[in-house]
Parts: sequence; structure tokens; C-alpha cells
Amino acid sequence: MAKILAVDDSASMRQMVSFTLKGAGHDVKEACDGVEALRVAQANTFDLVLTDINMPNMDGVSLIKELRALPAYKFIPMLTLTTESGAEKKMEGKRAGATGWIVKPFSPDQLLATIKKVLG
Amino acid sequence: MSVDMSQFYQTFFDESFEGLDIMESGLLGLDVGAADAETINTVFRAAHSIKGGSATFGFTVVAEFTHLMETLLDEMRDGTRMVTEESVDYLLKSVDCLKELLTAVQNKADYNEDFVTEVKVGLERLLHGDEASSKSEADKMAESTGDVEGWLIDFKPADYLLKTGNDPVRLINELSLLGKIETTCDTDRLPFFSALEPELIYLSWHIKLEGNVSKEQINEVFEWIDDDADITLSCLSGEPEKSDSSAGQDESAVATVTPVEEPEEPEEPLTEKPASESVPVASVVEEAKKPKADSKAAASKKPAKDQSSIRVSIDKVDELINLVGELVITQSMLSQLGETVTKETIEKLQDGLGQLERNTRELQESVMRIRMLPISFAFQRFPRMVRDLSNQLGKEIELRLLGEQTELDKTVMEKIGDPLVHLVRNSVDHGIETPEEREANGKPRKGTVELNAFHQGGNIVIEITDDGKGIDKDVIFAKAVEKGVINANESLTDEQIFDLIFAPGFSTAAVVSGVSGRGVGMDVVKRNIRELGGNIEVKSEQGKGSTIIIRLPLTLAILDGQLIRVGDDTYIIPLISIIESLQVEKSQINSIGGQAELYKLRDEYLPVVRLYETFGLKPDSTDLSDGLIVIVEGEGGQAGLFVDDLLGQQQVVIKSLETNFRPVEGISGATILGDGTVALILDITGLINLSRQSSERAA
Repeated sequence: MAKILAVDDSASMRQMVSFTLKGAGHDVKEACDGVEALRVAQANTFDLVLTDINMPNMDGVSLIKELRALPAYKFIPMLTLTTESGAEKKMEGKRAGATGWIVKPFSPDQLLATIKKVLG
Repeated sequence: MSVDMSQFYQTFFDESFEGLDIMESGLLGLDVGAADAETINTVFRAAHSIKGGSATFGFTVVAEFTHLMETLLDEMRDGTRMVTEESVDYLLKSVDCLKELLTAVQNKADYNEDFVTEVKVGLERLLHGDEASSKSEADKMAESTGDVEGWLIDFKPADYLLKTGNDPVRLINELSLLGKIETTCDTDRLPFFSALEPELIYLSWHIKLEGNVSKEQINEVFEWIDDDADITLSCLSGEPEKSDSSAGQDESAVATVTPVEEPEEPEEPLTEKPASESVPVASVVEEAKKPKADSKAAASKKPAKDQSSIRVSIDKVDELINLVGELVITQSMLSQLGETVTKETIEKLQDGLGQLERNTRELQESVMRIRMLPISFAFQRFPRMVRDLSNQLGKEIELRLLGEQTELDKTVMEKIGDPLVHLVRNSVDHGIETPEEREANGKPRKGTVELNAFHQGGNIVIEITDDGKGIDKDVIFAKAVEKGVINANESLTDEQIFDLIFAPGFSTAAVVSGVSGRGVGMDVVKRNIRELGGNIEVKSEQGKGSTIIIRLPLTLAILDGQLIRVGDDTYIIPLISIIESLQVEKSQINSIGGQAELYKLRDEYLPVVRLYETFGLKPDSTDLSDGLIVIVEGEGGQAGLFVDDLLGQQQVVIKSLETNFRPVEGISGATILGDGTVALILDITGLINLSRQSSERAA
């Protein structure tokens, strides 16, 4: 069981991600934008952060940059949820310190397979 | 594991429709040429979310369509595309189109394919269809190579790799899932211990991967670290390996990986993880499947449509939670008392029951308040409508919305929507003149249509005002005679003439346009408003414009009230009608004919209404200087109400007197206060009329 932070401004995506991960036995916390995610991340510890890129208040790229700067999140895997059209965004995420990405749309199975890659 | 995606549909539709509203209002607010970056971003985000969601939940039509919008918006956001009138128009059309698609998908119904195709073609034309390139790339990616026996992989990660959250051990584990691997570790770069930075990687690996594995599969493993490692692949040309990788190899692969564990790894050994983790995960998945199957069955029983919902502000919900909390406290207090009822405690028990009653009533009222929505829900469609109409008619019109926060019962709101649309259309079509006509008449080119909502005298009033050409009384009169509604020799007041436009089958527009003027409607508008227990009134001045006033009863509405005291009774004055409250300066009082009193306030004379007289009460004092005067404003002007004292202010739920008792002049309704007593709500307009009549009678 891993502790996972799921960040997305879309409630349906957040529900889907969270439901899938919880179904696989993970402990999931949700945040609806980068600002909230940062606050939640500082009050807790996580084994993995999954974040959308396009969000109000603070986007996913800035969130990853902020998190990477925190000692507790130096080595923590962080994956961005991006769309295929966002090749540029993928690299932007990488440069900010993202571990990798999951391309939207993804199925629950793809999500689980991908996070297995970073949760060991 | 299989997840039933349909359980997320409702949330997806809710947020998508909300997103459409955001897009629409954002697009309407965009200034062509000097578009605000944040607005474009907001619109983009909404489109982006709809696209992501629809693709995830398998609504391909929606996803494909939104993709076009998103691409266009993305270019606007990057500044590679100018925001033009044309593109905004197409985006607005796309919002309509998307609404159509989403509604169709939600109800599993058909959509207007011609319309969707038309908008799609338009969007593609705007984009010059440069989609093809990305598609062919994806096709290329999908190509897979033929049979291969295995690969030699040189994996030399950049020293900072761990700081990206990637871990070589996990990557090698991942490779081991593809086939049998043998790993040798290269420690050449490892420095002396004293020079070793614990957070860096100094190792690299040579990995021999056996099995029929395509290059793409390996690239996929290293996909995320393409730039953070040197990876060279070479095809294994050794003896052919016949058997495919089997399940048993998994374990051996992990065993092979074990020695890889290097000293500078900051994390705990991962050796056992893959094996131990797989067991609990599997069992959890089993367990998780059970309830899911149930929920699936339940979900499939429910039809997708007809889940009408309202959005409620957090405040209202908090209030409910608060009340429920108090109810629980009261209940526990009562049950404790109930255990030991004696003669002495019976009074306490009664107190408790009274409290319970009060809690329940408050709870009921709060639940009713949930139905109240700001009228902006009905107003929000108008900016778009007026914009479209004025484009269509070649007019320049500014729409002003006032009092958008005025609350209205949801049912009333739903029924008033269509009549409002009709009236606004009329104002735009018949009221406002063309820019040329306006200029010729010495008016600004741009016409104004104003929608204003407010609470007044126990009513909700919605005014639709335009500064157009007004209603020509003679034309209406002639038309009414022609249609046989009235006789040519009838003499009518202005109001009666204006009222004629609500007669069935009445249309005065010289040319019947597609927008309005078919003559069906105004009578329907009036009927709808009558059905809601309201009335509609027209004021117009030729050449200056018209105002249409709709009054709707407020049976369920909430009102901000000022509690006042007269003698032993509490009354409520709607806060909105209070201008100020003052202590009486005796010298400012004049009386006319010994009867009607007037109070001189800053050069204005206001009639004084002694509430105790109006309602036949016994006040503290009949001397004006002992009490207070509350200056109020109603429809018929201002007046000073003489009261004994001002109490608190609070929101009150209005109960209709008509339905519970009978109409009373000067009273618009009643409410129940926190202590359980009934307080009457004053109808200011009615009171002023009442006092005028009585003074006229006296005179």
C-alpha cells in the first residue's frame, strides 16, 4: 500500500483516479489545484504524487517545482497526467522535476500499470 | 481490475456543463484584439478538462470535437493566433455544439449531425487542418518490429537521476517483466568514499534481456528518462531462444537484480518488494471487486437522465449541519430527562420540547432556503443572446444586469426564464433602433437594455428597460381596432393601451422578423406570469424607451428584515426599503388640516405613518419624540414610519398570509421568529397607499 496524492481540477478525473487507486489498496488523498496540493503535501508524506498539468491557481508544473524543492519530496516519484497534444508540456514537466507522465486518456488498468513502475 | 466507469459519468456531466458556462461567459468577455490572457487560459482549461474527461470515459465524439477547440484555444493562448471576431464566434458556436453533444451523450440520444459537422468543418478550416502530422507519428510509433531473440542494453543513468524520482532498480525490475535478464554492474565511475555524494548515481549497468521483446517495449520502459540517461540497445544475435518468458522467470529475474543494490542508494533494499507486494494487492483487488459488482448493478438500474440537481452554496449547507447538530443536542437532553421524569422536571421537559420544536422549524426553513437561487441563473443566458441578436439585426446594444444576487425560488426561476427571454428579445428587436436611426434622433449609437431584479414590498420585481423608440400608442390603438380587440370610439388610458400588447394575436411590428413579432408570445408571457401569481406592467415614453415591470410573489423567498417593535408586537420591515432611521425632531413636524402629519427631512416633506394607529395597537407612547421614525421607500414614494423601538436585523423566511389566512392591507406576509412568535412583514408600498387614502378621506 502506498500513500498517493492525486491532484486534478476536474472532479470526475479525480474521482476516477482516486477510486481506482483505492480499489488497488492505496491510500489516496485528493487536491483540486496546485495550491491545495502543496498544502496537503506539506502536512503529510506521500510515496507518489499524480498531478494534472492545467489547473487554476497553481498548475502542475509549478507544483512539481515547488515540491521538488522540499527535502521530503526530493526523491519522491511525481507523475504528470497529460494529453497527447501536450508533448511540450511533458518536457516542461520533466524539466520541473517530474519523474514521468501518464498520457490521457488512460484506463484504470493503465493507471495501475504505470504507477507500479514507480512504486517498485 | 475492472472499474465501472459509469459511476463517474454524472460528475463528469455536471462539471462539463459548468465548464461550458465558464467558456461561454469567458468568450463573451473576450475583447477582440486585446484579449486577456487569463480569460483565454480559463476557457482553455475548461475545454481541456472536458476533453480529458470525455476521452477517459469513452465519449469519443465529445473528445474529438473538444480537441479541435482546445487546439485553437491553445494557439490563442500561446499568442500564435490572433483573437478574431470570427474565431470567437466559432468558439461560441462550438460551445453550443458541445452542449448538444454532451446532452445527447448523457441521454443516450441522437444529436444534430449537420450542425456538429458544420461547426467542426469551420474549426478545422480555422486550424488549416494541421492534424495529419501528429497522427502519422502515432502510426509510426505503433509499428512493431519482427521477432527478436533478445537485447543488450547499456544503461548509463545521469548522476542526478534519483532527483527526478526515477530509480534504476525499478527500471531494471520493469525490464525483468519483459523477459529473462542478466545484469552486470559497472562501478568504474564510483569515487573514493570521501568524495562520494550520497544523492548521486555513479553506477551503470549492462543488461542482457532475453525474449521476444520489441524495441518499443524497451523504449517504453525508459520513456521517462530519455534525456536523463545514455541508453544503447543492440540486438542479441546469439543462439536462438525458443521458449517465451514464462511466469517462473519473474522470480529469477528479481533474484538477478538483487546484487545490483549499490551502497549509495538512499532508499531501503527493494529486494522483496515485488514478490511481497503482489500478494496483498491481488487479495485487495478480489475484495474490492465485490462491492463494485453491487454498485454496478445499482447504477445500471438507474436511468441516466432526469437527475435534476441544484448547486447549493456552502453557507446554506453549513447552516443545515449546524441545525442538525443542535437538534442532536436537544434530542439527547430530552432523552436524558425522559429517564427521570418527576413533577419537578416536567417544566424542563416542556422547555426541551419547545426547543426541539424550534430546531425542527428552523431546519425546515433552512431546507427550504436551499431551493433559493440567485436570479443570475436566469440572467446568465442573456449576454450571449443579446450579442447574437444584435449581430443578426445589425444593432449595437449594451446589456446591463443589476441585482443578480436577488434570490428567487428555483421553481419560480424555471418558469420565469422563457417569459424573460421573450421580453428581452422584444426589447432588442422592437425597442432598440438601428445605430443610424439612433444617431438621426440624437441618441448614442449604442442602445442599452437593462435587466434589474430586486425585492420590493413582498415581491420580486424584475424590470426590463430599454432606451429605444418606445411604444407608439396610436399605432397600438389603431392595430387593436383593426384586430377587433377594441372599438374605435373607446377611450383608453395610456396604461390600458399598453396593456393591449398582451392581448392574444396582437403584433405591431411592421415586418414580422425571425426574432420576434409573430404575435404569439406576449399573451403567453402574461399568462405565465399570472400563473405564478404575479403581474406585468408596461411603461413607455415614445422616443425615450420602455420599461416592462414583472412582479412576482415571494412566497418562499428570504428577506433581510429589520425587526421593529410597536407596543408588545414585533413587525418586520424589509431592509431593502429602509433609507434611514431617526429620532424625531419635534420642530420638523407639520400637520396639514390637523390630520395628516408631514415630517420635514432635508427640504422634503414625508408623510408620517403611525403604525399603532394603522394596526390598532397600544404603543409605549403616542408622542412622536419618544419613539423613532424609520424612513422607508416604496413604489409610491417615501414615508416615515413611527415605531417604538428598533430591534435586531435578521433574514426571515416569508410565509404567505394569503394562503394561510387572508390578504391584509399593509402586510405582505408573516414570518416566525427564533423564539417561535409570529411577526408580520410590512408591505411598504401598501402602507404608503393606505395612509394616503386615509388622509385623503380625512381631507
